[in-house]
Amino acid sequence: MITAGIDMGSRTVKVVLLEEITVEGAPQLKYAVRKTHIMMPGDLDPDQAAEKVYDDVLTGAGLRRDQIAAVFATGAGRKQVAFATEGITEMTAGAKGASYMYPLARTVVDVGAEEGRGMKTDAQGRAIDFAGNEKCAAGAGSFAEAMSRALQMTLQEFGEASLLSDKSIPMNAQCTVFAESEVVSLIHSATPKNDIAKAVLDAVASRVCAMVRRVGIEGEVVLIGGMVHNPGFVQSLKNAMGVDTISLPDMPEYISALGCALIAAERQH
Amino acid sequence: MSATSVEVMAETVPEKKEFWRWQENVWIDETKDWRSANIITCGIDVGSVSSQAVLVVDGELYGFNSMRTGNNSPDSATNALQGVMDKCGMKLEDIRYVVGTGYGRVNVPFAHKAITEIACHARGANYMGGNGVRTILDMGGQDCKAIHCDEKGKVTNFLMNDKCAAGTGRGMEVIADLMQIPIAELGPRSFDVDVEPEAVSSVCVVFAKSEALGLLKAGYTKNKVIAAYCQAMAERVVSLLERIGVEEGFFITGGIAKNPGVVRRIEKLLGIKAMETKVDSQIAGALGAALFGYTLMQKQAKAA
Repeated sequence: MITAGIDMGSRTVKVVLLEEITVEGAPQLKYAVRKTHIMMPGDLDPDQAAEKVYDDVLTGAGLRRDQIAAVFATGAGRKQVAFATEGITEMTAGAKGASYMYPLARTVVDVGAEEGRGMKTDAQGRAIDFAGNEKCAAGAGSFAEAMSRALQMTLQEFGEASLLSDKSIPMNAQCTVFAESEVVSLIHSATPKNDIAKAVLDAVASRVCAMVRRVGIEGEVVLIGGMVHNPGFVQSLKNAMGVDTISLPDMPEYISALGCALIAAERQH
Repeated sequence: MSATSVEVMAETVPEKKEFWRWQENVWIDETKDWRSANIITCGIDVGSVSSQAVLVVDGELYGFNSMRTGNNSPDSATNALQGVMDKCGMKLEDIRYVVGTGYGRVNVPFAHKAITEIACHARGANYMGGNGVRTILDMGGQDCKAIHCDEKGKVTNFLMNDKCAAGTGRGMEVIADLMQIPIAELGPRSFDVDVEPEAVSSVCVVFAKSEALGLLKAGYTKNKVIAAYCQAMAERVVSLLERIGVEEGFFITGGIAKNPGVVRRIEKLLGIKAMETKVDSQIAGALGAALFGYTLMQKQAKAA
C-alpha cells in the first residue's frame, strides 16, 4: 500500500510517497519513503501547485493516482488541495513525522518560512501541546531571510558567517520591518557582517525558544523545517535553549509531509 | 564585493523612486512677530522616523519644521531647529527654554529638559483640538499609542504598541513602496474601488506584503489592495483603542492622521468622528514639549 502526504507551506510545496513494507527479521520497519518532491509554486495558484507537485512525484515514481490509497494534506494551504482525502494540522503532521524519525523525541521545534512553533509530543507521536508565532514574522525563517538580503548574502552564507562570530550583539527590534533599519545602522557603524548575522540568528532563536519554553523543554529535542539547513541558526537555538544536542533530520523540510503520509497509512488499517 | 562590481551596479541600477517619502514642511505664522515677544520656547521631537522642531511664542504656536530623522539623533534635532529658525531669522540664544521629546529626546544637544512623548502628545493635542480632547490616537513612524487625558491635557492612561510595524507609519511606507505609489496618494486611492474589499488577513507587514502581491495576482486593482491594507491598519489600531476605551473628543496625531484612507475607516469602525484641526498632525509632540517649556518659564517668573 502506498500513501501520499502533501505539505502546502507558505513558500514551498512538499510531497512524500510512503510505501508499506515487510522486512523479514525486522518487524519494526513498516514503512519506506518511495519518493519525495519539493517545488516553489512561483506563479501557480495553490490548487494548481498542489496538482503539479502531485503529478510530478507520481511521474518520478512511475505511479498513477489510482495506485495511491490515500492522500493527506497539511500546511497553511492544505484546504486548497482538492484531491486530498483529508487535511490535518501542521502540529499533528510535524509531531508525527519527527517522532517517526526520532522515537524518543518529546520536544519538536518547527521553523519554516513564515511559521515557527514548539510542540510537546507523547510516545505515540501525538502533539499534546504547542505554541507558535501566530501572525508575526519574528521567530520564522522570513526574518532571517529579510536580514540576509539587507546584508547582500544568501541564507547559506548568512548561516555560515554567523558561526564565525563570537560576539553577542542584542537586537532591540522584534519586528522584521524595524529590524531591517537596525541592521542597516549596524552596517553603517561598521559592525562586521559575521557579528550582524549572529545577532539576527540569535534574535530568531530567542523568539523561537520563548515559544518552546511555553510548552516546556523535555526529552530529545528535534528541529524540523527549512531552518535546519542553517547551521548558524541551529547553534543559536542550542545556546538559547541551553541544550547540548538538537537532533536534525536529513530531510527536515519533508518531515510534516512524511507525518501526513504516515497518518494516512495508519488510518487505512 | 570588489570596488569594480559596485561601480558596475551603480551604473546599471536605475535611479529608484522613493514612494514612501512624505512631504517635509516648514511653516511660520506670518501674522506674529517673535521680536516683540516675552518668552520664546521650543519643543523638539526626535522620533524614529520623523523629527519636528516647534517654536512657541508667549504660549502660542509660532512656527515649526517637520523632517525625516537621519541616522544621527543630535544632528536631526539641530537640523530641524535650524530650519525653522532660518525661516524667521531667529537665533538659538533668542529661545529661553528647549524641551526634547520622542525616542531620541535624551540626545537633543541644547535641550534643558526631556519629557516623554506620551505627555507631550496629550498636551499638544489639547492645544490643537481644544480642551474637549479626551482620547488621543498617536500613529507614529514606529509605534502606535492610545492616550486618555483630562481637560488640561494631562495623561490619565495610555497603551502602546512599539514592537510591531503593523499599525504604524513604517508599515504604510512599506506598502507605498510595494505598490509604487507616493504615500500621500494612498488614502485617496483607497476610496476609488468598486466594492470595499475585506482587510488583508495578515497582521505582520512582512506577510501582508506577500498577501498583497497575491491579491494583485488574483486580479485586485492596486487601489483595492491599498483599501484592503488601510482597512487592516484601521482594524489593528481600533483593537488597541478598544482595549483602553474610546471617549468622545477623539483626536488623531502623527503622520497617519494625514491618510484619510485609514482615518475614515477608523471612524467607521468606532462610530465616532475624529476632531478636526488646522495644525499639522505630525507636530503634536514637539508642540506639547514647547508648551511645557512655556508653563515652566511662567512658573519661574511667578516664583521670582
